[in-house]
Amino acid sequence: MLSLVLILFCSLFFTGILIRTKSIASGRMGPGILQPIRDVVRLFKKGSVYSETTSIIFRIAPSVYFASVIMACLVIPFGADKGIVSFNGDFVFFAYILALGKFFTIISAMDTGSSFEGMGASREALYSMFAEPAFFILIGSFALLTGKTSFYEIFSSLQLGTSITYMLGGLAAAVLVMIAMIENSRMPVDDPKTHLELTMIHEVMVLDNSGFDLGLILTAGYIKFAMYGAIISGFFISGLSLPLSIALFLFIQFLFAIIAGVIESFMARFRMNHNPQFILALSSVSFLIFLGVLLVLEKFV
Amino acid sequence: MALINILLLIEFLAIAAVLLFKTKVKGIVTVATVIIVSVITGYFAFRSLSGNSFAITLLGTVLFGQVKISVDALSAWFILTINFTMITGVLYGFNYMKKYRKREAQLTLHSIAFMVAHFALLGICSVQNGFVFLLLWEVLALSVFTLVIFDNTKAETIKAGINYLVQSHISIVFVMLGFIYVAYKTGSVSFDAIRDFSGSQTPLAGTALFLCFFTGFAIKAGFVPFHTWLPYAHPAAPSHVSGVMSGVVIKIGIYGILRMLLLIRTDYSTIGYIVLFISVITGLYGVMLAIIQHDLKKLLAYHSIENIGIIGIGIGLGCIGLGTGNKLMAALGFMGALLHTLNHSLFKSLLFYSAGNVLQSVHTVNMERLGGLIKKMPQTALLFLVSAIAICGLPPLNGFISEFLIYGGLYTWLFSASLLSLVSIVFSVAALALIGGLAILCFTKAFSIVFLGNPRSEQQPEITETSFWQLFPMYLAVAMMIMIGLFPTLFINALERPVCLFTGTPAYDTDFLKTGAVESVKTVSLLSIGFILFILFLIGLRKYAGKRKETHIRTTWDCGYGEKNPRIQYTAASFARSYLKHAKPILDIEKDETEVSGVFPEKKHYSSHPYDKIERVLIDKPLKLIDSITDLFLFLQNGQLQRYILYGIIFIASVIAFPQIYGKIQSLIYFLNNL
Repeated sequence: MLSLVLILFCSLFFTGILIRTKSIASGRMGPGILQPIRDVVRLFKKGSVYSETTSIIFRIAPSVYFASVIMACLVIPFGADKGIVSFNGDFVFFAYILALGKFFTIISAMDTGSSFEGMGASREALYSMFAEPAFFILIGSFALLTGKTSFYEIFSSLQLGTSITYMLGGLAAAVLVMIAMIENSRMPVDDPKTHLELTMIHEVMVLDNSGFDLGLILTAGYIKFAMYGAIISGFFISGLSLPLSIALFLFIQFLFAIIAGVIESFMARFRMNHNPQFILALSSVSFLIFLGVLLVLEKFV
Repeated sequence: MALINILLLIEFLAIAAVLLFKTKVKGIVTVATVIIVSVITGYFAFRSLSGNSFAITLLGTVLFGQVKISVDALSAWFILTINFTMITGVLYGFNYMKKYRKREAQLTLHSIAFMVAHFALLGICSVQNGFVFLLLWEVLALSVFTLVIFDNTKAETIKAGINYLVQSHISIVFVMLGFIYVAYKTGSVSFDAIRDFSGSQTPLAGTALFLCFFTGFAIKAGFVPFHTWLPYAHPAAPSHVSGVMSGVVIKIGIYGILRMLLLIRTDYSTIGYIVLFISVITGLYGVMLAIIQHDLKKLLAYHSIENIGIIGIGIGLGCIGLGTGNKLMAALGFMGALLHTLNHSLFKSLLFYSAGNVLQSVHTVNMERLGGLIKKMPQTALLFLVSAIAICGLPPLNGFISEFLIYGGLYTWLFSASLLSLVSIVFSVAALALIGGLAILCFTKAFSIVFLGNPRSEQQPEITETSFWQLFPMYLAVAMMIMIGLFPTLFINALERPVCLFTGTPAYDTDFLKTGAVESVKTVSLLSIGFILFILFLIGLRKYAGKRKETHIRTTWDCGYGEKNPRIQYTAASFARSYLKHAKPILDIEKDETEVSGVFPEKKHYSSHPYDKIERVLIDKPLKLIDSITDLFLFLQNGQLQRYILYGIIFIASVIAFPQIYGKIQSLIYFLNNL
C-alpha cells in the first residue's frame, strides 16, 4: 500500500524535475515542476477530437494502457512493506501486464491510419521487444542470488554487504534506468521533444489522442517512470528504518529524474538505427550481472 | 468392448448416411456424429481425469495381438482438448462450407474424412498397441490429406497436400522404426513391451529409442527443422481444417512425445536438454519467420511452430526436473506444456476461423490488400483481437497462465542448478521473453494491418459480417479462453492427475503442487479479474467525464496536407521493416527491385518474398541432389516402346540366368579349392 502511495506521490514531480533538468542543461529557466500535472489536469477537463478513421480500439486503448500501469504498480514492494499483492513470479506478471498496455498503444496508433503513427508503432514494438530479455535476466539473476522469486522477497532478503554485491546493485540500477527510459520511449538516442520524423517514437504514437485520453496516457507515463524509480530504490532501501527508507526512496527518485534528464540532454541524437545496439548492450549488461551473481555464489569451480 | 463397437457403429452409420443423403443432410450428419462421439468419449475422459481411468483389452486377431485400450489421465486431457476443437471446427466448417454446396462429391469425401480424422485422433490417444497405433496414424495422415486438398482445382493446394503427405510418411517411418525395433527385441508390439524393454536397457539405448520416436512425432508437431510442411498445408486447407490441424492434429505429435516419455525409462536429463534446445530454436525461429509473412494464414501457420516451441520448452523442463529429481519443476514444466496445448488449440483455431471469415468476405488473406475491416466486421475483429492477446501470452487471458507456469518451472530450476543448467536457464528465459516480445510485434502487425486503418485496396462494398451461426463456435472458444484466463485453478486441478503420471506421485499426494507458481496462479486470476473491472471503471469514468464536453470527428492529423490517401498508411511490409533489417542475417529474403535512376525515372517496382532458410538447406538442396542423380539415368527413360520391351527381356533373362551363373561360379570356386 505504502509503495503505491509513494509511487503516485513521486509521479507528481518526476517528469517536472526531468524537464526542469533538461531546461537548465540547455540554459533556460524552464517551466515549474508541477507543470506536467497542470497540463494533465487541463487535459482531463477538455473535450476530444477523434479521427474518422479510428474505431473503438482507439477509444479504449488509453484506458487499458493506464490500467495496465496501475496493475503493474500493485506488485512493487516498499522495503519491509509488501506491495498490494506479492506472489511467486510476480515480476513475470509485472512485465506481461506492461506488455499488454504496450500492445494496446501500438494498435491504437495503427488505428489512425497515419503513416507517422505507424512508424512510431513499428518502432515501439521493436524496441520494447529488445528490452524484454534484459529485464528477465536481471530479475532472474537476483532471484538466483537471494533464492526467492517475488519482488518483495527478493528485495527484503537482498543483502548488499560485499563490494561485489554493491557493484551488482549499481549495475542493476543502471540497467533499470535504461529500461525505464526505453519503456517510456525516451531512449537517449531519441529526443522525445522533437517532432522530427527521424527521431519519433512515443510522441508520434499519441499524435491523434486528445482530451481525457491524452491525459490518461501522459499520467500513465509519469507513473511508469516513478514505478521504475521504486524498483531501483528497492535495491538499496532494504533493512532501513521506515523514515530513513522513505527519505532515501524520495532521494533516489529525485536523483533518477535528474539522471534521466542529464542523459537526455547530453547523450542524445544518434541515428535511429543505433537504437537496437543501445538496447542490446543492455542485455549484455544484465548478462554481466548474471555472471557476477554466479561469481558471488561460487558456481564457477 | 461394447463401447468400441458402439463408436465404430456410429461412425459406419454416419459414413453410410453421408453417402446416401442430400448435400444439406451430409453436413448435419457430420456435425451430429462429431458431437455424439465427442460426448461419449468426453464422458469417459472426464471420469478418467477424476480418477476412474478406463481400460479394456480387445482380443485381437493374429495380426494385431491383444489390443489394450486405456484412457489414462494423459489420454483424457488430450481427448478433451481434441473434442472441444473438433466440435468448434465442425460447427464452423458446417457454415463455412455452405458456399461450396454445389461440389457435392467433394463435400461427401470431406465430411467422411473429417469424421474419420476425429475417430483416428481419439484412437491414437487411447490405444496401447504399436501396430494399431501406426494404423490409426496412417489413417489420420490420409484423412487429413483429404481434408487439406478440398480446393483441388488449385495447383498450389495439391502441391501443399502432397508435401504434407510425404512428410507425414517420413514421420511414420521413424515411429515405425521405433516400434519395429522394440518388437524385434521383445516380440511384442504392445506399449508395455516398450516400458519393460527400455527398463532393461542402458540409458543410452533408451535415449536412442526416444530420439527415434521423437523425430517421428516432431515432424507431425512441427518442431524446427521438421516444420517445413506446416506453412504450406495450413494456408492451402479450408479455414476450419487449418484451425483443426493447427489446433489438434499437430498436437497429436506432442501427445506422442509425452506418451513415449511415460513409457521409456531412461536418462531424462539428457533428453530434457535435447528437447529444450530444439524447442528454444523452434520457438524463436517460428516467430521470426511469422513476422515477415504477408499472407495471414501463412503467418498463423508459422506462429503455430512458435507455440509448439513453447510447449516443447515446458516438456524439456519437465524432463530435466524428472532427471534431477526436482518434482515441482517437473510438475510445472509438464503442467505448463499440457495447459499450453489446450490453450493453443483454442486460440489458434479461433485465429484461423477469423482468417476464414476474412477470406470469405474479402476473398483474400494477403495483408497488403486488407485494412479497416473492423468497421465492416466488428465481431470477427474483436474475436481476432482477443485471441491475438491470448496468443501473445498476455494477461488476463489463458496464454499467460500457461507461460506463467513455464516461467515458474524455469525459476524453480534456478535453485538446484549447476553451471551448465544455469546457462541453459538464462538462455531459455531470455528466449521465452524474446518470443513474447516478437509475438507482440507479430500480432500487432497482423491485427492492425488487417482490421485497422483504411482499406489498402479497392474493396467491394458488400463486405459484411459473417452470419451468427458461423461466429457461434468462435464465441464458444472465446468463452473457454476467458474461463481459463480468469478461473485457471479449475483447469490446474484437472491437470493434477496427468502431471502426477509423470512425477510418479500417487494422486492423493499432491501437496508439493500447492507451492510456488501453482499457488501464485490464484493470485494472478484475482488480479486479472481486478484488471478487467478497473478497465471497465476507467471506461465508465471516461464516458462520464466526456458527457458535457464537445467531441469532434475530424480527419487523422496529417501535417496540414490533408490529402486522404490510404496508400500513405503503414503496410505489413513497412511495419516489419525495421525488424527485418536486424533479423536479415538469419532470414532468407528474395528481393526483386529496380533502382531509381535518371532525371525522369520510369515506373519502378519493389517486391520481397520471405523464404525459409532451413527449408532451402534441408529440403530443397537434397531434392536437387536427388534430381541430379536420377537425371543421370534419364537416357533409359526415352519413351520408345521397343526399348522398354528390351528392358523387360533383359530383366527376365537375368532372373533366369542368375541362378545358373551363380551355380557355375560356385562349382568353379569348389573346383579351385580342390586343386
